[in-house]
Amino acid sequence: MHRIFTAKVTDNLPLNRKNYLLTIEPLGPTIEPTPGQFYMVETGNSLDPLLKRPFSYFRKTPATLQFLYTVRGKGTAKMKALKPGSEIQVIGPLGTGYPNPKRGFTPLLIAGGVGIASLFPLAERLTNKICLIYGARCKSDLLLLKELERLESDLMTCTDDCSFGGDGKATDILTSFLASPSSKGASYMIYACGPKPMLAAVAKIALENQLKGFVSLEENMACGFGACLGCSVQTVAGYKRVCKEGPVFSIDEIVW
Amino acid sequence: MDLSVNIGKLNLKNPVLTASGTFGYGEEYNEFVDLNLLGGIVVKGISLKPMEGNPAPRICETPCGMLNAIGLQNVGLKKFLKEKLPYLRNFDTKVIVNILGKSVQEYVRLARALDETGVDGIELNVSCPNVKKGGMAFGTDQRSLAKLVGAVKQASGATVVITKLSPNVSSIPVFARAAEDAGSNAISLINTIPALSIDIETRKSKLANVTGGLSGPAIKPIALRMVWEASQAVSIPVIGIGGILNASDAIEFLLAGASAVQVGTGNFLNPRATSEIIEGLAAYLQRKNIHTVRDIIGGIRAA
Repeated sequence: MHRIFTAKVTDNLPLNRKNYLLTIEPLGPTIEPTPGQFYMVETGNSLDPLLKRPFSYFRKTPATLQFLYTVRGKGTAKMKALKPGSEIQVIGPLGTGYPNPKRGFTPLLIAGGVGIASLFPLAERLTNKICLIYGARCKSDLLLLKELERLESDLMTCTDDCSFGGDGKATDILTSFLASPSSKGASYMIYACGPKPMLAAVAKIALENQLKGFVSLEENMACGFGACLGCSVQTVAGYKRVCKEGPVFSIDEIVW
Repeated sequence: MDLSVNIGKLNLKNPVLTASGTFGYGEEYNEFVDLNLLGGIVVKGISLKPMEGNPAPRICETPCGMLNAIGLQNVGLKKFLKEKLPYLRNFDTKVIVNILGKSVQEYVRLARALDETGVDGIELNVSCPNVKKGGMAFGTDQRSLAKLVGAVKQASGATVVITKLSPNVSSIPVFARAAEDAGSNAISLINTIPALSIDIETRKSKLANVTGGLSGPAIKPIALRMVWEASQAVSIPVIGIGGILNASDAIEFLLAGASAVQVGTGNFLNPRATSEIIEGLAAYLQRKNIHTVRDIIGGIRAA
């Protein structure tokens, strides 16, 4: 079992104009990941970009690993060009995963945009009924709706441009859900992944409603395995590394 | 095949070391590389008291390189001696401790404590660009540097002292000689180059600290030139640092006059870089039918 391995690209499919699904086949035995963990993925054989890129895994099958990614900069643009058959170096699984919900708590998952990638394997793993709030900019950015509908969940979608589902942001839906009669009587445990402003807003709502839970953070990383100290974020107990002590943190631990 | 080199009285089994601040305290890499293979480990810079470092964002990528402004986050001397050093002692490799302070007195106290504990070497960080007390003042003023090196040498007994030079000076030979004359057993160079990167949407620096140190292959040709200049200016061993990713990069530094090299940013993109460099170096010597790596040190030919 190795935490660093070479993998063959088997597929690299566009899901819409900016999101892609990369499928790789590790050559050799790898370590089983838990939902919320991530991998450092080589984007192509070059010095520019120099560093690997961190991605939560989206799905793990016995032979393959899948990553859902948004083309944002130089690294992901390079990644988009990876052809089936090419070989890349990958490090992982890395970091902490999502802890299981305490008994009696209903998992309340909140995904913003491509943050769904990290929460999807958790949603698949959880056997109890879950609530999932999933927001994106527009309808075409809501990915994997068919797969999500298959899960045993109360799925609430929303878009910033009101083109599908509820109107507004995932946090607006969260606020109205928590105020609605249908949410009464249940105890929720939050699991959130998305842009930092969304996570900060979720943390505030959680505090107001006395809810516990977890957030998965994103930060620039050079190594991904705890050496460079580049991804440290401020917590109530001083700086912590997103790659090692995170990316999953208790929601009340982060200083936003 | 003989890969061993000497840095003062310190005998390294091969010339491949890790650069301070890129290899943690060794444990972060144990899963990826057999630490017993390394010539030595230069650990993350240690100060008397723990330091928490700079706010985020601390790093950003630039073409063929990266900027960092970590801010010398470290566990402090006490915790290092109690928790980190014993772990490193489990491996058959030399342990060189990078130290930093804001006064001569602080460096002296660190050096004395480390000498008493029995580490293999002390590297003086006089060139961190990212914090006021990172010693930069010593690294860019030759008289302060000489005073610091002299005081540390006196406090560190027989422990090998390496002075890590800043590239942020007008003449590398002047500072290399200042370190040598003050008693330094070796010099290492270069530290990162102070740099800046701006997000044009927000008009803010990509780093909270505004400026950071540039490292990676982008700085390699500059580092190589400085190592070449330094090695001609002094007779103590020079350790080359700057953008080394693979064996051919390392060999270039040896040919330029370095007796050993440190791998820094290269560890981040490939945590097995050090062991691959050692293998590649042996393969190069074999291919060239050279029996000892010492024969290629300073082996650059006239144009």
